[in-house]
Formats: sequence, structure tokens, C-alpha cells
Amino acid sequence: MKNCEYQQIDPRALSVSPSSVQNHTEKKVQRLRRKWEVFPGKNRFFCDGRIILARQSGILPVTLGLIVVTCGLFFAFDCPFLVTHLTVFIPVIGGVLSLFVVTSLLRTSFTDPGILPRATPDEAADIEKQIDNSGSSTYRPPPRTKEILINQQVVKLKYCFTCKMFRPPRTSHCSLCDNCVERFDHHCPWVGNCVGKRNYRFFYSFIISLSFLTSFIFGCVVTHITLRSQDGKSLIQAIQESPASVVELVICFFSIWSILGLSGFHTYLVASNLTTNEDIKGSWSSKRCTEESGNPYSYNNIMTNCCVTLCGPMPPSLIDRRGFLPLVAASPATETELPPFPVKNDTNMCTKSTKDVLERLVRSLDSRGRCPPGAPKTTPVAVEISAAATPPAERSPPTGCSRQHAGRHTAAAPCPPFARGRERRDSFQSSNPAFRLASPSPSLSRTFILGEAPDVGFIPPP
Amino acid sequence: IRPLQDLRQPAVSSKVFVQRDYNSGTISKFQTKFPSELESRLDKQQFEETIQTLNNLYAEAEKLGGKSYLEGCLACLTAYTIFLCMETHYEKVLKKISRYIKDQNEKIYAPRGLLLTDPIERGLRVVEITIFEDRSIGSGR
Repeated sequence: MKNCEYQQIDPRALSVSPSSVQNHTEKKVQRLRRKWEVFPGKNRFFCDGRIILARQSGILPVTLGLIVVTCGLFFAFDCPFLVTHLTVFIPVIGGVLSLFVVTSLLRTSFTDPGILPRATPDEAADIEKQIDNSGSSTYRPPPRTKEILINQQVVKLKYCFTCKMFRPPRTSHCSLCDNCVERFDHHCPWVGNCVGKRNYRFFYSFIISLSFLTSFIFGCVVTHITLRSQDGKSLIQAIQESPASVVELVICFFSIWSILGLSGFHTYLVASNLTTNEDIKGSWSSKRCTEESGNPYSYNNIMTNCCVTLCGPMPPSLIDRRGFLPLVAASPATETELPPFPVKNDTNMCTKSTKDVLERLVRSLDSRGRCPPGAPKTTPVAVEISAAATPPAERSPPTGCSRQHAGRHTAAAPCPPFARGRERRDSFQSSNPAFRLASPSPSLSRTFILGEAPDVGFIPPP
Repeated sequence: IRPLQDLRQPAVSSKVFVQRDYNSGTISKFQTKFPSELESRLDKQQFEETIQTLNNLYAEAEKLGGKSYLEGCLACLTAYTIFLCMETHYEKVLKKISRYIKDQNEKIYAPRGLLLTDPIERGLRVVEITIFEDRSIGSGR
């Protein structure tokens, strides 16, 4: 739960100048833009949309570095000795394993985990209408949730305020990536991406192969040092001859415990067709003694569950990163207006996130002198759909920021924080203020960052 | 003064969204409930047939069987590099679905001033049916 204190935000803190924005919006967008350039989530795209990565991929280089360094040391220092003393297959096996590990890791990181594109404004309006209509009845379930029956089990579908739709079952909204992800497992910082429906099998093969690799290297290094110290030398001497082995030993020793544990945990999850999210939240903990679990998605057969999760058909990416946006001349009136400063909507914004947004804003403007991050991404998406629909969320100058992005093919760190903050605000404006919003599930602090963002934390003023 | 016929732009009257049916789990399936807004334009039976065919096609794409397992295992063994050159079964069926939708639009929906949007363009969330209000008298389709 966020700490929500009401605080007036000083508009002068924002150093955005409206005049520069207007100059950009005078010119029309000349070239065809791809959909990834206007993607509203916090993702980064490379190779013209072929590669997708979460915004914070901080630990991925560390993971890659550790693997590459360990393997490199292994091949350079241990393999020559072991080849001569044992067999030539050792570097062969090691090579195959490392290749598999690195490929799986890169596929996990760069694959779209199953991101659900956000609802178009027409859809969102339609859903709102339906929610409003179904309000009055004797039994009133908490608003913004829908109950359905799957395999005789009651499943609650929650409404996602950011994506403006009812989340399909097993879908969760990742706050780090600001996307709804299908069959959301967890957001893995080591891999730098969410793990969801489309990349779970890559993630699983990554951790399994990594377990084998670390065990293999560990075994080989121990054998190496043992063999060396057997030739009439002491252990200390053997270590002095091959210091790299100690480094490898240390790395492998510490990673083996966590990796093996993780592999075991995920093997259990795969066998019972659960996600980390569901397991931690205890969604299907058995309430009845007669059944093993109340999981409605399980096929109650370990082999079937494994096959379905790991070898099932590969669903396509729903966000169509490389598709072209239809060229629609956006009405200049909406673009030149800057977003109204959050003063009026303060009750809907938590101080902490606003401060965050402002800090990042100031920093980004100072360091790179970039475009005013006026949520450029959301506007073109809405405009493209239909000129008739007046999207409530769009008031910001889009082309200013997007034009600069159009110039660079590898978009790094597009202006997300402000966009995110605005998304939240706008969703509250469009919601019926009479609704009392349901309290969110408590966010658990574990090593893996869960995706259940506290979409709603407070009651909007009537 | 330009006659309206020259514009040839039927105004969009409204859009109907056919939502997903999750009663069978997470598989792609759409509700076959006939929306009331289409009553004046379309037969209930035709609508249900369209949606049911779509549901069957999606079921075929997501079918779990020997073929899909084989594809999955082969992909795993080649470290998933095989997807760089081969099209998955799902993608093949998606192409089939878009051909079907185009066909349905040409034969059934366009003559009635309706347009089916391929659900894949809406993230498989909804089947969007656009109802066109035919203002220009002469250029009725």
C-alpha cells in the first residue's frame, strides 16, 4: 500500500516550456511509425522492435557476466588439465551446456512474456457502460470485479485500471513493466523481464540448464584440484597453480543452492500447473480434504501438466511491435495543450509517486535535454483508432517526444514515468466516482517481484 | 456543392464488442450471446455460426496433441532457434482465421453495413463489430 498524503504540487517545479512543444507539433509526422514506438508500457525496444526488454534490466548484464566469466575461466584454466588427464568430452559438454544456458537466457529476456495490449478507448467505454448498468441488484459484489466459473471453481476477474479491461484469468499487472501479462509468473530481475505465458518455457529451460552447468563446473573444478593435489603436491600448492579454479568454485558453490532450489520449486509449479504468483498468494490452497488442489487449470496429471506448460503451442505476441501505425492526421488542438498540472487531481495521486515522477522529470530534462515527457505514447494509439471517439485520457503533446524517438531507431528509456503517472490519474477520472473501490491485495515482499500492482488504494472523493 | 455520394465514407454509428468466454479456462473463446444492437441487421443464427467457427479455429490453434508436443520438443532441442525459420502451428491457424474473417466480411457483414475486426488486432480480447450508418443514399452497398 502506498503512503497517500495530500500535498500540493508546485507547477513551477516543472521546467517544461510550452513554446518548444508547440514548435514540434506544427510539423506533421512524415514517416510511417511502428507500433513499438508508441507502446504505452515501460518496455525498451531494440532492433526496430524485434527485441523487447523491461525498462529496468539492471541485473541482466550481471547475470550474463557471471555466466560468461565462469565459463570462460573454466575453459581457459580447467579444461586443458582435464582434457589431458580425463577426457576430451568435458569441454564439449561444457560448451553445449553454456550455449544452451546463454541462448535460453537471451530468449527469456528478449521475448514478449505475453503482454496484453491495452484496451482501445471504445472498448473501455463499452466496459464502463456495462459496469454501470449492472450496478443495482440485491447482492452487490465489489465493483470492478467479475466472477466466473471455471471447472466448477469460482474465479474472480479483476478490472485493471491501467489497461482498462477485465484481466483474463491468471493474468496479472506487472508494476515494473506497467503491462498486464498473461499467465504471469513473476518479474525476474536477473533476467530483466517478466516471466509469463510466452517465455516461461525459456525461463524453465534456462534454470534447469544452469543447474546442470553449475553442477558440472563445480564437479569438474573439484576433480581438477583433487587431481592436482594428488600428484604429490599439497592442496595449497594446487590452488596456487590454478587460482581461477577457486573463483569458479566460489561462484558455483553459492549459486548452486539458489539455482537448484529454484529449479526444484519451478518443477513443482510446472507439475501442478501453477504460477509463482498463484502459489505465493495461495489462490488454490486446498480447502477441501477430498481434492488435492482446487486449481481449476490443472489437468490432475503430472505428465499432462508438464507437457502443456512446456511443450504446448507457442502463442503469438499480441502487441504486434513491428506493425505500422496507420497515418492519421492528429488534430492539432489536442496536441498543443499541455497536460494540466496534477494540482487538481492531487487526491488521486500519492505524494511519493508524484515526487518520483518530478525527480525523474527534472533529471531527464537536465541530463539529456530531451522532449517533454508528456505521455506521448498514449495519444497516437487513441487517435489512430477512430477520429470520432474522444479519448478522455489524451491531452498531451505527442509528436514532440515521438518525433525525437522516430529519429532514433533504438529507443532507449522512453519517457515512461510521467506517462505512467498520467495513466493512473486518467483512469480515475474516467471511473464513476460513486464506486467504492475494492482494497487491493497486500503486496508481498519477496525476492521475486510480484506483479499485482495496487491499482486501487483509496477511495476517490465523491 | 458536393453530393454526399462522392464522399463514400459511411459514418460509424457504434461498435459492439463480443467479449471473451472464460468458462472453459484460459483458452481463446468468445461469447456466442447475440448482442441486441445487431438485431436489426443480422440473423442470430449467422452471428452464432461466425463466432462458433472462430472458436473452433482458435481451439484448433491451441489444441494440445501429439503434433504440438512434437513441435515444442523439437523447438526445445534446437534451443528454440527453429522458430526463426519456421512458422508455428498457431501462426498458421491465425492466418486461416484472418482469411475466414475477410471472407465473412465480404459475403455477410459488409452487405449489411457491418465490419468484423480480427480479434488478434485487439489482443484477442474482443471481437469488435463496427456498425456503419449508411447516410449516402445512392452509394448503398
